[in-house]
Amino acid sequence: MTPFRYDRAGDVAEAVRMGNAPGAAYLGGGTNLVDLLRETVARPERLVDVSALSGAISETDDGGLLIGAGVRNTALAAHPVVRERYPVLARAILAGASAQIRNMATVGGNLMQRTRCTYFYDTDGSRCNKREPGSGCDARGGFTRIHAVLGASEACVATHPSDMCVALAALDAVVHVERQGATRTVAFGDFHRLPGERPDLDTVLEPGELITAVELPALSVAARSTYRKVRDRASYAFALISVAAALEMEGEQVADIRVAFGGVAHKPWRATQVEGALRGAALTDEAIGAAAALEFADAQLLRDNAFKPALATRTLIAVLNALKTGETA
Amino acid sequence: MSIVVNGLAVDPPGDPRVSLLDHLRETLHLTGTKKGCNQGACGACTVLVDGERILSCLALAVQYDGRDITTIEGLAEGDALHPLQAAFIEHDGFQCGYCTPGQICSAIGMAAEAKRGVPSHVSADLGGAVTLTRAEVQERMSGNLCRCGAHNGIIDAILETVA
Ligand SMILES: Cc1cc2nc3c(=O)[nH]c(=O)nc-3n(C[C@H](O)[C@H](O)[C@H](O)COP(=O)(O)OP(=O)(O)OC[C@H]3O[C@@H](n4cnc5c(N)ncnc54)[C@H](O)[C@@H]3O)c2cc1C
Ligand code: SF4
Ligand code: FES
Ligand code: FES
Repeated sequence: MTPFRYDRAGDVAEAVRMGNAPGAAYLGGGTNLVDLLRETVARPERLVDVSALSGAISETDDGGLLIGAGVRNTALAAHPVVRERYPVLARAILAGASAQIRNMATVGGNLMQRTRCTYFYDTDGSRCNKREPGSGCDARGGFTRIHAVLGASEACVATHPSDMCVALAALDAVVHVERQGATRTVAFGDFHRLPGERPDLDTVLEPGELITAVELPALSVAARSTYRKVRDRASYAFALISVAAALEMEGEQVADIRVAFGGVAHKPWRATQVEGALRGAALTDEAIGAAAALEFADAQLLRDNAFKPALATRTLIAVLNALKTGETA
Repeated sequence: MSIVVNGLAVDPPGDPRVSLLDHLRETLHLTGTKKGCNQGACGACTVLVDGERILSCLALAVQYDGRDITTIEGLAEGDALHPLQAAFIEHDGFQCGYCTPGQICSAIGMAAEAKRGVPSHVSADLGGAVTLTRAEVQERMSGNLCRCGAHNGIIDAILETVA
């Protein structure tokens, strides 16, 4: 680790003042950042500890939920309103990492966690445009089992690793952001970026900006929702493919639907084409397969990840059938 | 301020780069807590902070100033082992013993989570009280790897003691 100064911010105002300094970085639970510091992927001059700030979950006037950025992942998954009205969010969190890590990890840090592309971590031996812009991308032509099939660029084919964020993408969440003298909100779908020419930027957050909360709107379709994750072992592994889905039926027809995929792109992938094709349609395996085919029509396959569109499609069929019959676990 | 470790107040490190794991092992010479991967992937470094299980390898010690840490050294009462320690011996819950301190601290944290009703990935019902079945314990303990493969004995010891 390169040397840095550590400060614990007493409140949000102090945090954004400290975070405004060049070379400053915010510290949540540390479960990703400490690793990145140790590997010298991250080399901040100053850490501003925000893990003790914004730790509350409160119901909003219009029936949604305001989740403080410092809320731990375990506390969010265990919250009674989340379990009852947004089960997809509880299930996505519980499918991620381990209990110890979920006890440490904050909501803000989870949104900002960086890719698990192994070349990104390999400071000694690999070229990586996300770590060193312009150096190249050793994932291309290398091991790409966990890499993207949608929305990637010549510069970077990494995926976003979060499970929780896939649920938040399906739920139309809103990110509350603050910096010195200004606050703003960002729709969840706009928060994470596609790599394009700037894979070093994962999100639209500007330097010094602090996530203070994530807001969930009231969403009746979310009451019947779930998350399914496919991975190389049954627990404690990142997703190869994951599906967050919510479904409301009217007889045999889809009244409302939300779908997002994890493991396919540089950001949690809201499947608007799947939703558009299935809304108002009869929910058959053929219809779901055809809808998924639209979403993956432009998929760019790499050496080791050609299985992803088919696996995502099969997982989606299984998840929507389970939601339809009420077997959501 | 100070960090309280097994009931004793200690100074946090002067260098903020020191992990809680290194502070325990190198400065305080509490070597019961083990360093396996040093990157969050094995659970050998698990300790309890205010009763919650965390990974001390991914924790900067300065972040835990003012908190109450319990390590494996803090569990026995004099010569009387903690019931889980005794159960690990009874059920052959280890071979080399390297993962054991992390397993035991993790299991204590897990029992408290289950009691509070925290659901898991394998809970069919997100809303109800938690019953610690074998499948539940396996999932909830998946953050602690055992390279000797003593998992069956580990789960038996935990089921007997805390389920
Ligand atoms: C072994 C292992 C397995 C894992 N498996 C999974 C998995 O299966 N699924 C999954 O989803 N995740 C997994 N994770 C990742 C884990 O979920 C993240 O590390 C965690 O969510 C990050 O949260 P944190 O609070 O610890 O963030 P930190 O490590 O503290 O910070 C991460 C980043 O966020 C920034 N940041 C923190 N808070 C804020 C804020 N309020 N505003 C702006 N920026 C902020 C930091 O500057 C840093 O860049 C795993 C991690 C490990 C180590
Ligand atoms: S895929 Fe992206 S993160 Fe991975 S090596 Fe290439 S540029 Fe780096
Ligand atoms: S040493 Fe901390 S998880 Fe392996
Ligand atoms: S007893 Fe050897 S690693 Fe578990």
